[in-house]
Amino acid sequence: MFKRLLNTVIVIFGVLLLTFLLIHLVPGDPVEVMLGESASMVDREALRTELGLDQPLLQQFGSYLSKLGHGDFGHSIHTRTPSIDLVKTRYPATVKLALLSLLIGLVIGIPMGIYAALKANHWQDFVVTIVSVRLSAMPAFWLGPVLMLIFAVWLGWLPVSGMESNTSIILPAVTLGFGLSAILTRMTRTSLLEVLNDDYIRTARAKGLSERVVILRHALRAALLPIITIVGLQMGSLLAGTVITETIFSWDGIGRLLVESIEKRDYPVTQACVLVVALSYVVVNLCTDILYKVADPRVRSTL
Amino acid sequence: MKYFSYLILVFWLLAVLAGYLLQLNPNTIDLNVILHSPSTEHWFGADDLGRDILARILRGVEVSLIVALTVTLITMVVGILVGMLAGFYGGRIDAALMQVTDIFLAFPGILLAIAFAAVLGPGLSNLILALCLTGWVSYARLTRGQTMSLRNRQHVQAAESLGAGVPRLMFRHILPLMTSVLVVEATYSLASVMIAEASLSFLGLGIQAPDASWGAMLRDGVRFMLVAPHYVLIVGACLMSLILAINLGGDYLRDKLDVKREIE
Repeated sequence: MFKRLLNTVIVIFGVLLLTFLLIHLVPGDPVEVMLGESASMVDREALRTELGLDQPLLQQFGSYLSKLGHGDFGHSIHTRTPSIDLVKTRYPATVKLALLSLLIGLVIGIPMGIYAALKANHWQDFVVTIVSVRLSAMPAFWLGPVLMLIFAVWLGWLPVSGMESNTSIILPAVTLGFGLSAILTRMTRTSLLEVLNDDYIRTARAKGLSERVVILRHALRAALLPIITIVGLQMGSLLAGTVITETIFSWDGIGRLLVESIEKRDYPVTQACVLVVALSYVVVNLCTDILYKVADPRVRSTL
Repeated sequence: MKYFSYLILVFWLLAVLAGYLLQLNPNTIDLNVILHSPSTEHWFGADDLGRDILARILRGVEVSLIVALTVTLITMVVGILVGMLAGFYGGRIDAALMQVTDIFLAFPGILLAIAFAAVLGPGLSNLILALCLTGWVSYARLTRGQTMSLRNRQHVQAAESLGAGVPRLMFRHILPLMTSVLVVEATYSLASVMIAEASLSFLGLGIQAPDASWGAMLRDGVRFMLVAPHYVLIVGACLMSLILAINLGGDYLRDKLDVKREIE
């Protein structure tokens, strides 16, 4: 466990370093790229000093870290708002979207996976597997517009985009959740099939337990353990997937903030967004690992 | 199912070929047909500048395949080198290299590619660079695991005791044994790079106008969805069919070469 924590600390340091280096990857002069060619010399020098770009690289990284330590993520170069405030106002919307998508993914994916496993190698299994392969290959920028066309434009049941109405979240959440449900279906199927061959399942059946109890109480409990890891890992693609989905549905989350900041060449905000999303992912993964160890008696002893 | 995927792949190859032969011009602007629905003249309709959508899709698939092939090739070479070094030597080199991959993997999904593409600026070569910078990690991981298990095979130890040097051991005795795993991985990664490229272009970070790219077309399609729903639907369907075919091809190769993939 200590090793896992140490690893997390190193990873976080690496994430900070990589995010810090981003601005130095800008070809040419980052200040000129941000302000445009027409900016005056005075403005440029002011920004250069503010960002500390006139200092040696190592010193820059040092002051970047110490600023972060004080909760200073830099300022937007256009509105002068602290980046962290921008991120804070947008972050809850993204979390809300990601959690609802996760819920949708679980509610669709796990029953589908159980069904496919129980009908393994029958045509029902075949259909479910093909559909889930199809869904997971369906990127948000295709599924999103299709859902939008059907449910918002043609049927008019849901709002097209934005976040004014309570129902606005449904379409983006379904868009994100569908891809996740596909992966969960496949994982549940595989993992349940593996468990179903175990001795203790045979014992349970031999005891005369009903099939329902065998599947739901005995098999599923063991089969769902790997799902915890998958959910943790997929939380990451959910967070990243929100970038596209939020852009399509004009959902004012951190993903859209990222895209907007890129369009405005507001790199300090871009950096802050990338950093916050990556750190969230690291934390989610750490929690998943701990949760997995707590949930699985076989590895609990290694905790 | 596999014939179905062959069919789509062959269809796309023919389509690209036809695009060449017919000399369709994806950039011809015809202001009389702006956002027209599919017709006999423009099979897939026309976009917001009256350009033929079919011609642009055919140009788009070319660009998409070029990016996917280039990125897959580069990331594979880099990933294999890193992974083999880590897996072969183990110890500190392994720990250090894997720590680096851990850091890259801490950025979920396409986020890091978006960040790189954002600072590098738009354009084809920067797009490829951004995707390469993030893509090598999975190959490095895969190759490392494979190398570690193959490293202790008897034939490798025999070759080592006969005095074979490290490069010879790596490239003659270890690498050939993991070709099938790598081929399968490369097939799947073609599809994922195509999606990533389309995502970046969708966000305006990839290929720039007036060059055709599927991601940018999808973005325009979403923009004009209310007046011309066929635009986004057709482009999306094309992308989906190609991705699906490549993935099914991957499944086929995986089963044929008997490769056990880890959790996707």
